[in-house]
Amino acid sequence: MVKKKIRVLICKPGLDGHDRGAMVVARALRDAGMEVIYTGLRQTPEMIAESTLQEDVDVVGLSILSGAHMALVPKIVELIRGQGQKDVGIVLGGIIPDEDANKLKELGVAEVFGPGTNTQEIIRTVFDLAGVEANDID
Amino acid sequence: MTSTDLILQGDRLALARLLTQIENESPEGLETLGALYPHTGQAHLVGITGAPGTGKSTLVNQLALHLRKQPMPGEDIPPRVGVVAVDPSSPFSGGAILGDRIRMRDLAGDPGVFIRSMASRGALGGLARATAAVGLALDAAGFHIILIETVGAGQAEVDIASNAHTTVVIEAPSMGDAVQANKAGILEIADILVVNKADIPGADNTVATLRLSLEMAGSGNAQIAVEDRAEGGRERSWEIPVLETVAIKGEGMPDLVDKIYSHREYLTTSGMWEIREGKRVRSQMESLLRDELVKRFLKRQPDGRFEDTVQVVVNRERSPAQAIEELLKGEKL
Repeated sequence: MVKKKIRVLICKPGLDGHDRGAMVVARALRDAGMEVIYTGLRQTPEMIAESTLQEDVDVVGLSILSGAHMALVPKIVELIRGQGQKDVGIVLGGIIPDEDANKLKELGVAEVFGPGTNTQEIIRTVFDLAGVEANDID
Repeated sequence: MTSTDLILQGDRLALARLLTQIENESPEGLETLGALYPHTGQAHLVGITGAPGTGKSTLVNQLALHLRKQPMPGEDIPPRVGVVAVDPSSPFSGGAILGDRIRMRDLAGDPGVFIRSMASRGALGGLARATAAVGLALDAAGFHIILIETVGAGQAEVDIASNAHTTVVIEAPSMGDAVQANKAGILEIADILVVNKADIPGADNTVATLRLSLEMAGSGNAQIAVEDRAEGGRERSWEIPVLETVAIKGEGMPDLVDKIYSHREYLTTSGMWEIREGKRVRSQMESLLRDELVKRFLKRQPDGRFEDTVQVVVNRERSPAQAIEELLKGEKL
């Protein structure tokens, strides 16, 4: 049996067109041995939930720089949980005020990463959420 | 309810989870697939291959959109379409960035479409080891046409031909001269040739070169001609079309859909469908057998013996063939 591969969906919900950060994270996760499905820009919550289901990912990473996180993220969490994917870890990156970050965590977002976050920290969080020890990966 | 029942009833989450189990070669996944196997054999497997950057993902997006509007001949409703998109794994980290969905956003929200990205996980022929099994699962789940997009293929990634009923090879203008078109490899496996990005200057030349190359191979595809002769000759033969498309604008797609449907009809009326199924199953079984034999052999070896032998070859004390001969001495296979 092949060792478990971590599958991660990285997406850009909403209308902002800045995906450099998302690409840097995708690349770092790839280099940590994960399979990263990158969906590109301007994804609706419905598109993200559909990709999360079809790709059966362990973790979803959302990158939002537009300020629309309070409009988008709760909807995404609700759709993903509503389709039976209770265990999928959801993390958020972007410019998110602490107050909003706390509210989103209450709704089920596992972690919120601000500007300047070290990619090692993100990798560690994804390993934890996927329930895999870093040295279990071949 | 078992996952087999759920999948047969069209439960998409159960299907997605099965695909993961298949990729990880988990025993549960193999068991479910075994239970589903009698429900397979309905789907038309269509391979889409070509060099990186020729527009495979964009074409798959548009092709799936058009298939969803255009029923197969004799049917009232359009086919349900499964898409399996393979991208390469890094040989160093084992990780991968799977980006084919970026071009497939138009398919979002259609319950008649299911897209799955796969990493090649070290396989070299343009597919992943589990691609055939993933195709079977989609087949059992009721997808009528399964588009299998290979990794960006060079000249030798031809595994798709033994895994699909119909192979579509995509070229883009200005990718090489007439000699390239006559080399062995990827062009030989085409049932349908597509020159994508046909609005780029030079496309006419590419089309002409490909047509000439096909004419030199005789009527239609050399491979099919050989197969036909081997089977004692067939009344109908397939003439490989060279189509022009501009996938990003959807141009040429209705034609491509027509050709895919007529290739299926050709396969079924000529008896080639059964022949290809036989070849496909044989090739899958051979590769499973190879993997399993290697696994069992290595398991039987005392710890480290194989690694030691590798080192002996590295030290030039034996050639690889001699070393294998010694390893296998006394083995009953």
